[in-house]
Amino acid sequence: MYNFEFVKPASIAEATAALESDGAQALSGGQTLLPTMKQRLAAPDVLVSLTGIAEMQGVCLGDVGLHIGAATPHAVVAREAAAHYPALAKLAGGIGDPAVRNRGTIGGSVANNDPAACYPSAVLASGATVVTNRRRIAADDYFQGLFTTALEEGEFITQVLFPIPQKAAYVKFNQPASRFALAAVFVAKFADGVRVAVTGASNGGVFRWAEAEAALSANFSADALAGLSVDADDMISDLHGTAAYRANLVKVLTGRAVSAA
Amino acid sequence: MPKDDGIGASTKRREDIRFLTGKGRYTADINLRDQAIAVFVRSEVAHGRINSIDTAAAAAMPGVLAIMTGADFASVGGNPAGWYVASRDGATMKEPKRPVLAHGKVRHVGDAYAVVVAETLEQAKDAAAAIEADITELPAIVNMADAVANADNRVHDEIENNVCFDWGWIEDNRAAVDAAFASAPHVTTLELVNNRLVPNAMEPRASIGDYDPGTQDYKLYTTSQNPHLTRLLIAAFVLGIPENKLTVIAPDVGGGFGSKIYHYGEEAAVLAASKALNRPVKWVAERSESFLSDAHGRDHVTKIQLALEKDGTFLALRTETMANVGAYLSNFATVTPTFLHGTLMAGPYKTPLVYVNVKAVFTNTAPVDAYRGAGRPEATFSIERVVDMAADELEIDKVEIRRKNLIGADQFPYTTPVGLVYDIGNYQATLDKLIELGDLAGFEKRASESKARGKLRGLGLSTWIEACGIAPSALVGALGARVGLFDAATVRVNATGSISVMTGAHSHGQGHETVFAQVVAERLGIPATSIDIVHGDTSKIPFGMGSYGSRSLAVAGSAMVKAVDKIIAKGKKIAAHMLEASENDIVFEDGKFSVTGTDKAKTFGEIAFSAYVPHNYPLETLEPGLEESAFYDPANFTYPAGAYACEVEVDAETGQVTVASFTCADDFGNVMNPMIVEGQVHGGVGQGIGQALLENTSYDENGQLLTASYMDYAMPRTTDVPFYTVDHSCVTACTHNPLGVKGCGEAGAIGSPPAVVNAVVDALQRGGYTHVKHIDMPVSPSRVWSAING
Repeated sequence: MYNFEFVKPASIAEATAALESDGAQALSGGQTLLPTMKQRLAAPDVLVSLTGIAEMQGVCLGDVGLHIGAATPHAVVAREAAAHYPALAKLAGGIGDPAVRNRGTIGGSVANNDPAACYPSAVLASGATVVTNRRRIAADDYFQGLFTTALEEGEFITQVLFPIPQKAAYVKFNQPASRFALAAVFVAKFADGVRVAVTGASNGGVFRWAEAEAALSANFSADALAGLSVDADDMISDLHGTAAYRANLVKVLTGRAVSAA
Repeated sequence: MPKDDGIGASTKRREDIRFLTGKGRYTADINLRDQAIAVFVRSEVAHGRINSIDTAAAAAMPGVLAIMTGADFASVGGNPAGWYVASRDGATMKEPKRPVLAHGKVRHVGDAYAVVVAETLEQAKDAAAAIEADITELPAIVNMADAVANADNRVHDEIENNVCFDWGWIEDNRAAVDAAFASAPHVTTLELVNNRLVPNAMEPRASIGDYDPGTQDYKLYTTSQNPHLTRLLIAAFVLGIPENKLTVIAPDVGGGFGSKIYHYGEEAAVLAASKALNRPVKWVAERSESFLSDAHGRDHVTKIQLALEKDGTFLALRTETMANVGAYLSNFATVTPTFLHGTLMAGPYKTPLVYVNVKAVFTNTAPVDAYRGAGRPEATFSIERVVDMAADELEIDKVEIRRKNLIGADQFPYTTPVGLVYDIGNYQATLDKLIELGDLAGFEKRASESKARGKLRGLGLSTWIEACGIAPSALVGALGARVGLFDAATVRVNATGSISVMTGAHSHGQGHETVFAQVVAERLGIPATSIDIVHGDTSKIPFGMGSYGSRSLAVAGSAMVKAVDKIIAKGKKIAAHMLEASENDIVFEDGKFSVTGTDKAKTFGEIAFSAYVPHNYPLETLEPGLEESAFYDPANFTYPAGAYACEVEVDAETGQVTVASFTCADDFGNVMNPMIVEGQVHGGVGQGIGQALLENTSYDENGQLLTASYMDYAMPRTTDVPFYTVDHSCVTACTHNPLGVKGCGEAGAIGSPPAVVNAVVDALQRGGYTHVKHIDMPVSPSRVWSAING
């Protein structure tokens, strides 16, 4: 790890100002950034910690549904969202291991948009709103590909606002080594339709499976998926699974998520 | 019932007090005054010619004390192969020099070509990044078939076709084996891969070189399973430091599994750097260095054939294997795929004719060497898979085909067609015990319960044997070993009766400090708490050969028993003098020396005290002191054996395999500490499940290691293994060592992988996927699903 300056602002305004300096980098739970720095693959001049800002912490009910501060660790979400949005709580409780869950944050995960991360699927399937220090971004506009989001230079997530579905479930199939998602599916049923978001599987990162959404909106049962298939051409193929295997997993897991919801 | 701390007691491990409270003292915990820090500069390409290495800019950076490259070690010796293996046509083994640091060429990703020593780790890393190496990348040789087929592209310029040797065992039997195949009623053929593994000891390698300019003595603190061998290799082959001027200390070591048997270049480099700087020089590997530079395990590609009668009687077996040795020969690289593999190909069976062919192949990958089981897991996997496949083809029950061919309990000593003499065993007994313990009769019921939950259940068996407790020096010498494989112990009785036992074995997780003390306590009739076991420091212990090959108790433990017997003999002399009796009339029992038929007696403590306060000794016939040493060289290998059953559930939609149960019926001979034996089996089976289902070492076509971290290299976790059922009540005591012990450290890793894979194939067959005959390890979800849908 190379030397860096460290600041820990107490407000969103202070953090916004701190991130305007050259070479500044936002740090939340550090579960991706710090290992990268230890390997000397990243060398920010200034780390701006977002974990000391009170208004970015915690889980509460609000106008949209469940409002979660971006610097809230997974373990807190797993505990405090359980009564309101069990599928989301279960997702949070299945990320990494206890050490990761007590440091890693929802904002960090959504900002990083790792193609195998869990949270992006919940944000997208819930039709959540990503609130930043500058604006509100709809989930459908936010995710733009592997490690790519709508966030601009100096912009950081302050809150994620989740509408609470009537029914939902998240089913994840672990990559055997990392236990990130080899493929995972979040299904959320709202009064006006079903949303299905898939993570871990696609070369394009998290995505919505439109055919499944249409079929499930008409008939919310695993049987509704019978005739559908996922195009393997867009799927990741690596050591842990071929594209065809991942395409299969997406369908199987979607069915299981519907049954579990 | 055994005493709390004698032989047979499940005494809690005394070393765990320090390990579990953070008080262990590992190499990385040792900080010497004025120490400098070393960082190795490693090749980022798999194969390349080094044109130049410019260290000028790096040398001028803050804190940099020294930079050494391969050129600085060009005049010292290479790190040798410990075993000579000739080709079947008589051609000599190809032994390229393995330098301290790569010189001329780099031959695998992670091959170190320079070392930077600086005041701090950060300074050393900064300087390492500033070294400018001009390396012309050459095509990487990764795949063994390509390596052998390509005459022009060579890992070592002088070695044609990248073949180290082409070994036949036993060559004289080849024609008879081929003839048996030609006339056999049935032949089963299987091509399989024994997957390459990264050892992943919890503690990465670390070394500190400490040269004392005052005495010209060198000290090396290092993560070794085998400090005397490391000293010998550095002294006699690499740096030429006289053994009396070099002390090697392997303090607490956090796991080895084979990978820390060997001498590595980093050890020589920190010694040389310390000499150059007159300061201690310390290096601690990062995990990524472990992945790239520790000796890997397994990596065989095998074709195995079994010839049978229609009734399942084995007639002959033959194999052709390519064994990857990587870029250089690690110390045991040549013996692992040959004499630790080929000699086991009879397994526990009466197969009358066996022939084994092994080509050892150089590639641009990390060196490959012994890893828990070392050659024997490869043999066992091949045999037990082909036996299952033959049973399927001939529609014979998997238990019955094994029972029919197992060597009978009345046939020992049994001479195999591959050169071993099994001294004793009872393979039917462990198989029967397995059937009972594993409730094999209840399998169908469990299978239907699984089916009700949408899962396919399978049952896999493995009846295995291993040769361990390596080994008799005479035998291994005849087979090409360049070292002896005895071991040694010194028992020092102190004046107050407490005892220090210095052993040549090394404990890096096995619990020797507990078990060895139990053995000595039992023999001397004194509490184990008054006995300390000293290991790992060549300045304290007698010359022993360290711990690997499940040898510690069978070989070093036997030396310890011999030394204890000498203590008792000496004690009898002292007692005879003190009790004014004839030495022949002294008996030793329960810690007391007494005159037979009388109540005259002296306690062990009184004898010890007298030995050091010899006020009235007849010095012409009785020496003061009570300290004895013994060396022990066994008459044979030991042959633990057992029968394992694995049940799996397969989710056919996702290919996920879950190990539902794992049952072990082992014969380890006499058992000294059942708790530790069971722990060894748990650990071994866990590693075997890891190999079977999870662990996959993958290089791409450019020789880049794709699985170079835990993000992609899957280690077994607690949730990947079941609660084990283990049993070691079937005992046939080893006939040729004083404790009747056989060794248990590798058994689990040897016997378990085929049981797991057999269970998966069985589950798929029962589930109607009868086209699936074999799946290569690791049997990952993706591979299972592809096999089902293939």
